[in-house]
Amino acid sequence: MTQLQQLITIGMVILGTVLTRFLPFLLFPAGKPTPRYIQYLGNVLPSAVFGLLVIYCLKNVNLFTGSHGIPELLATALVVILHRWKRQMLLSIAGGTLCYMVLVQFIL
Amino acid sequence: MNNHFYSIQKAFRCALPHTLPIFAGFWFLGLTYGIYMNVSGFSFWYPCLMSLTIFAGSMEFVTVALLLGAFNPLQTLALTLMINARHLFYGISMLDKYKGSGWKKPYLIFGMCDESFSINYTADIPADIDRGWFMFFVTLLNHLYWFSGATLGGIFGSLIHFDTKGLDFVMTAMFVVIFMEQWMKEKQHKSALIGLGVSLACLILFGADNFIIPAMSAILAALTIFCKPIKKGEIKP
Repeated sequence: MTQLQQLITIGMVILGTVLTRFLPFLLFPAGKPTPRYIQYLGNVLPSAVFGLLVIYCLKNVNLFTGSHGIPELLATALVVILHRWKRQMLLSIAGGTLCYMVLVQFIL
Repeated sequence: MNNHFYSIQKAFRCALPHTLPIFAGFWFLGLTYGIYMNVSGFSFWYPCLMSLTIFAGSMEFVTVALLLGAFNPLQTLALTLMINARHLFYGISMLDKYKGSGWKKPYLIFGMCDESFSINYTADIPADIDRGWFMFFVTLLNHLYWFSGATLGGIFGSLIHFDTKGLDFVMTAMFVVIFMEQWMKEKQHKSALIGLGVSLACLILFGADNFIIPAMSAILAALTIFCKPIKKGEIKP
């Protein structure tokens, strides 16, 4: 690729990303009443999206090869337990991440 | 004027702790991304400028492969729209929350990556904190973490040796916690269970590289079919 072609390629990625972020705000501007169906989606989508994001993070875990997803399972379980127990965001995240690092570096 | 400055400062202090996990995650991922560009033969200007202008982590990794391949701008645009389609859901969820943030609104939307969206949506912002500035600082700090990580990785790429294997789990842990926070706030969990279950089913059916669009479509369909029963039990914003 020439430098100009590289610039155009990067420009296309920027355009695509900006489009996906701005589109809902352009379609449903703040000045006009938002359709009820979209309001409903705005209320219920986040819970579903956070579920999607959790799966998205774990998408490359392979149950049949390597460490069989055991480090991910154990570390995720620890995050859930820590968060149910203390409900301190930073503690749950740090605890789970440290556990995972120890597991993949030294044990599994 | 002094009062104004004070409230901005307060919003910054309130926002900073919320972004600390992201600092860890973005520095790790940003460094990795910068190093990846470095070893792929690009000057540090590429990760530096791309992290500023694109600011969508997974897409930037894909862009490296695109830059190394044949020139095909339309295919690049189509691929970007597909990978980033989940932002449409974020936008719909943030229509109300970003209302009234004035000149900051375009930047809030521009910087609405997975992490900025998740924090700005779930954070319990105290009543005496300016919401607009809080969300602005969350977005700006995340942007800075990603930009500095990617740039440093691009500059020092060949010199850095990692023994930080597994640190990327910080992002997974954060989304698990955010999922739980949302779970504890709502009265019933139909939507959360639909999100988890449908995504998992689509991952198994379509594989890691192709499951996002089918999962989004199936989530929309399920939420639309179950429209009435969920509406009653859901918390109102």
